[in-house]
Amino acid sequence: MVQQKLRVTLLTGRTIEQGVGKEQGKSSQEYFEACSTVYMDEEDMKKLGIKSNTNVLVTTPHGSVVLKAVKHPRGSMPGIIYIPYGPWANAIVNDSTTSIGMPSFKGTPAEVEPAPDKPILSMEELLKNLYGK
Amino acid sequence: MVVVKSVTCPICGSLCDDIELTIENNEVVKVKNGCALCESKFLGYKGEHRIKTPLIRKDGKLMPVSLDEAIHKAAEILANANYPILYGWSSTSCEAQRIGVELAEEIGGVIDNTAVVCHGPSILSVQEVGIPTCTLGQIRHRADLIIYWGCDPWSAHPRHLERYTAFTEGRFEKSDWKGYIQKVKAAAGKKKIESAVRRGVVKRPKAQPMLQHELVNAPPPTLMKEGRKLIVVDARKSMTAEMADYFIQVEPNKDYEVMQAIRALIRDQELDVDKVGGVPVEYLEEVADAMVNCNFGVIFFGMGLTQTAGKFRNIEVAISLIRDLNKRTKFVIMPMRGHFNVTGANVVFTWQSGYPYGVDFSLGYPRYNPGETTCMDILLRGESDATLVIAADPGATFPRRAVEHMAKTPLIVIDPHMNATAMLGDVVIPSAFVGIESEGTAYRMDHVPLPLKKVVDPPKGLLSDEEILRRILEEVRAIKAKKMREAEAA
Repeated sequence: MVQQKLRVTLLTGRTIEQGVGKEQGKSSQEYFEACSTVYMDEEDMKKLGIKSNTNVLVTTPHGSVVLKAVKHPRGSMPGIIYIPYGPWANAIVNDSTTSIGMPSFKGTPAEVEPAPDKPILSMEELLKNLYGK
Repeated sequence: MVVVKSVTCPICGSLCDDIELTIENNEVVKVKNGCALCESKFLGYKGEHRIKTPLIRKDGKLMPVSLDEAIHKAAEILANANYPILYGWSSTSCEAQRIGVELAEEIGGVIDNTAVVCHGPSILSVQEVGIPTCTLGQIRHRADLIIYWGCDPWSAHPRHLERYTAFTEGRFEKSDWKGYIQKVKAAAGKKKIESAVRRGVVKRPKAQPMLQHELVNAPPPTLMKEGRKLIVVDARKSMTAEMADYFIQVEPNKDYEVMQAIRALIRDQELDVDKVGGVPVEYLEEVADAMVNCNFGVIFFGMGLTQTAGKFRNIEVAISLIRDLNKRTKFVIMPMRGHFNVTGANVVFTWQSGYPYGVDFSLGYPRYNPGETTCMDILLRGESDATLVIAADPGATFPRRAVEHMAKTPLIVIDPHMNATAMLGDVVIPSAFVGIESEGTAYRMDHVPLPLKKVVDPPKGLLSDEEILRRILEEVRAIKAKKMREAEAA
């Protein structure tokens, strides 16, 4: 049965595409495409009734952002979603430093829902939206 | 056309120093020996994403100004701030970092580097329990068990395996590259047969019974082989995991438990559970066996430990595990440092102020209390009243609430590229790329300092980070002296 929403654990981290994009320049198309993606387990995508390259809305207690869902290319990771480091991921990560300076970039509980009609914001739009500059 | 050899690559903490660049008309046109990141930087540095002139925000928009005006404006903001933050420092030279500390002391601010969102927790643990480590050269020549825990060097340090660990030809340990190629060929062959079967070209071959260890992802017999062995521990199957002899998939936020379980197993204690962190205990037993029976083992760890639940406690238990292992064999541990000179930032800050990151000069002397004087906490509490960001991009790498406060207060950005922070900046000063257009020193992840080369001239009018900071510092001193004279006259 297709679900409306899926509860998952959000991990953020590095991918080689994100690395290449950031060295090209953070305003490059490569960086935008690499960082506005969320990698999901194939079975989880089936549960939501979506295919690769569908836009989804990822929500945590700290915010929500629209990203492009892509099937995780290797192995299975049920219940885990992975977003490359970047302003899109950081719009929704847990900022609690537990008093040691380090926010909790990995392991935030999150919800994913299909949002095929919602657009992914470009970096300028996202920054304008979040910070008004 | 000139070929420059032995160039140090200014991207990740591996600091590969065997890059060969071909220079034509003051431009890099060819890169040899580099990884995908290296090529992207050396061929893309001159691209359209460079900031061409200094900018100042006027009526909500960034407008071009002269360098003198931008430097004066930046100095004015810093000299008048009560509690400014100077953040970044990890993608620039040690020489620039040194001036940064001087500037922080002059303005009574907080100076912090990217370790705060990267290996800050590792530093905290090292301060608690010490660290048994070595240089990458020793690992290259001697290590026969290599474990990557919570890191993906294939993506973040692409040549790490090839230069320092599993796939390098050491004096006493040989490369495992051939074994890996065989594995890849076997997998490709299997795929070809499957595709041929699907297309009906050949009949489905008699089903080969799957080997027991493949069926349940148990440790393969190769874990006990002679020579180099590679184990990857991660929450998801990364590219590095694909290359490993054995991949252990741990549930997110459960690394601490798994590590403690291995510690118990190494001490021959019995565990009364079947699984720890999603991994069957019997598999962990075999991993513990492999650890105890190796000649020289190493654990490299990354953000998978420092950014998940437990944070610095994860590193503490990892280091304790190494301490336990050293009673049985030789084992070392090393953090996979991200930015090419974040190690240098820690070294320079420590030698100048006594502390590696999050150093607060607001009382006139250096103080260090992670959680209080670290820039993330200051931003989240909304205490700072100005920020200077150099050689980092917190606009893209900090959580939303921290960036919100940073964007609300005056923001000075020194960077070659138009990144998220520069887009939010109030004063933006473009700089030359260190390691391409200006020289300096950087520290590799194992604390070996290496020279960065200047291979081409920077675009006209662009200064190095070091020169920009020196000019801001001079300007700040001039403004403060003027204020002092005015106060005396009054």
